[in-house]
Amino acid sequence: MTTNAAERGVRGAHRAEDSFKWGLYVAAILVVVLLVAMLLTLLTSSIPSLRHLGARFIYGTTWDPVASEFGALPFLVGTLATSFLALLISIPFSLAISIFLGEYFREGPLSSFLKSAIDLLAGIPSVIYGFWGLFVLVPLVRALEMKLGVAPYGVGVLTASLVLTIMIIPYSASLSREVIQMVPRDLKEAGLSLGATRFEVIRKVILPYARSGIFAGALLALGRAIGETMAVTMVIGNSNLLPKSIFSPANTMASVIANEFAEASESIQVASLIEVALLLFVVTTIINLIGRQIIKRVSFE
Amino acid sequence: MKADGGRFERQLGGQVAGDRVWPRIVADRAFKGGVILLSVLSMVPLFLILAYIIKNGAAAINWRFLTNLPKPVGDIGGGISNALVGTGILIVIACAIAIPLGVGTGIFLSEYRKAKLSYAVRLCADVLQGIPSIVIGIIAYAWLVLRAGGFSALSGGVALGIMMLPVVIKCTEETLKLVPDTLREASLALGVPYHRTVLKVILPAGIGGIMTGVLIGVARIAGETAPLLFTAFGSPFMAYDIMKPISSLPLIIFNYATSPYPEWHSLAWGASFVLVVLVLGLNVFAKVVTRRWKVQF
Repeated sequence: MTTNAAERGVRGAHRAEDSFKWGLYVAAILVVVLLVAMLLTLLTSSIPSLRHLGARFIYGTTWDPVASEFGALPFLVGTLATSFLALLISIPFSLAISIFLGEYFREGPLSSFLKSAIDLLAGIPSVIYGFWGLFVLVPLVRALEMKLGVAPYGVGVLTASLVLTIMIIPYSASLSREVIQMVPRDLKEAGLSLGATRFEVIRKVILPYARSGIFAGALLALGRAIGETMAVTMVIGNSNLLPKSIFSPANTMASVIANEFAEASESIQVASLIEVALLLFVVTTIINLIGRQIIKRVSFE
Repeated sequence: MKADGGRFERQLGGQVAGDRVWPRIVADRAFKGGVILLSVLSMVPLFLILAYIIKNGAAAINWRFLTNLPKPVGDIGGGISNALVGTGILIVIACAIAIPLGVGTGIFLSEYRKAKLSYAVRLCADVLQGIPSIVIGIIAYAWLVLRAGGFSALSGGVALGIMMLPVVIKCTEETLKLVPDTLREASLALGVPYHRTVLKVILPAGIGGIMTGVLIGVARIAGETAPLLFTAFGSPFMAYDIMKPISSLPLIIFNYATSPYPEWHSLAWGASFVLVVLVLGLNVFAKVVTRRWKVQF
């Protein structure tokens, strides 16, 4: 009897073990299925727009729900303009922070202060950046526009880029810092022992060595800027026309979805907006995967 | 004297000559000064934002603000109680999805490190992490709002759960990888079945890291607005039904901030203050948990 009970116990344990393993597999497969299903949903939901518009979706410059005309070029331009401008402005700042934390002040109160400040900056929700931008940056940009003699909207590509700049600095800075910290000590010491100044070591040894990691950081920051929605929506002015200058109001791919999706009534408009989302998904995914691939290669070295 | 016409010295760029040292030292100092200046400058917006929120937000906060429902324009004394409850409900739904699925997947990734499925899952988690939040909102809309026939708290919670998922997966995997193999072997050698070893030995050893992941994930979604715009949608009433539209802190900040009424702006500042305290509090709490329950043997 006792052996039977023990056997039954062992068999029960086996069964529990099997179902446990099975559960783990199910969880892992579900994650893959989730992503595939998301992509399929976007694809099938945008079929009406793909059929109706074809390539006009990419090069068409009029987005007019009333006339059922959906050319997304203004939003493509708006997205590229805001995110590249933001990246351009952020590069000196994030590079400075990463050199500050990765080379000059690697430890101590100064560096831990700056590190916590960057964490804070990364943690502030995007809607709050938008809110602050609306009440602080917009008047500033409007004053600038009045001085320059252009139409003083206040909102527009430049304002959105400035808000994005603040938001993406923490991302590229923390990644660049990590690669700058990984530069081997002996390389730097070899440079210093040859009589190079610290600046020369940074310029000729550290930056070339960390180049690809810094590039990956910039790519990931760009991916974030492209997908950023709320802060941009609140300060970009929401105009569906092709932006003429950096002071014009515009729309990005993400902001047009945020503005129009809830009110979209016609199915073709919904489908076109979902096609914008699909495009956004594809672009950010490609940028992210390239960035991550570079990081993986760098950290293996 | 210079047999090679001074070529050697030119090649060195005159770097050995005493009279050329000063410019290099000056450049070095100037660069360091520039680095420090730019670093400090990039912190200015942070302090401006925090100062703004504290100045405008703290004044708006009192007991009524936290316990009252929103009121129509013109009525004084509107509050954000429904948004607080809504954010709580949305977070609970998101956790109910992201924690079991995320922890399970994280265990899988750390247990079957080299399996082909693991590479695919890691790739998927990376991709999920990078998808813009507004796109996730559209997907939750297509899956739940269209089918159920209306905006609902459930659809918003699902969108937030999808956003939280990759964070929980990553943190669980990274933490469990740190648990030493000797621990697992000791347990298995005692005859403890595999699933009990994982659940009673490995998971408890890494519980701190998993909790950190959950906290960071909640901090990430608590401030999300974009995926809620056409899922949870927002509501002026107190709502507990997860099949009905529901309000949330970021949503009312967005709605009040973009309204033309100054008294609503001050409500939005108050709500921003509460949201920032909540999100930053979660981040700080996550750090404390990491420090307390680090995997160490």
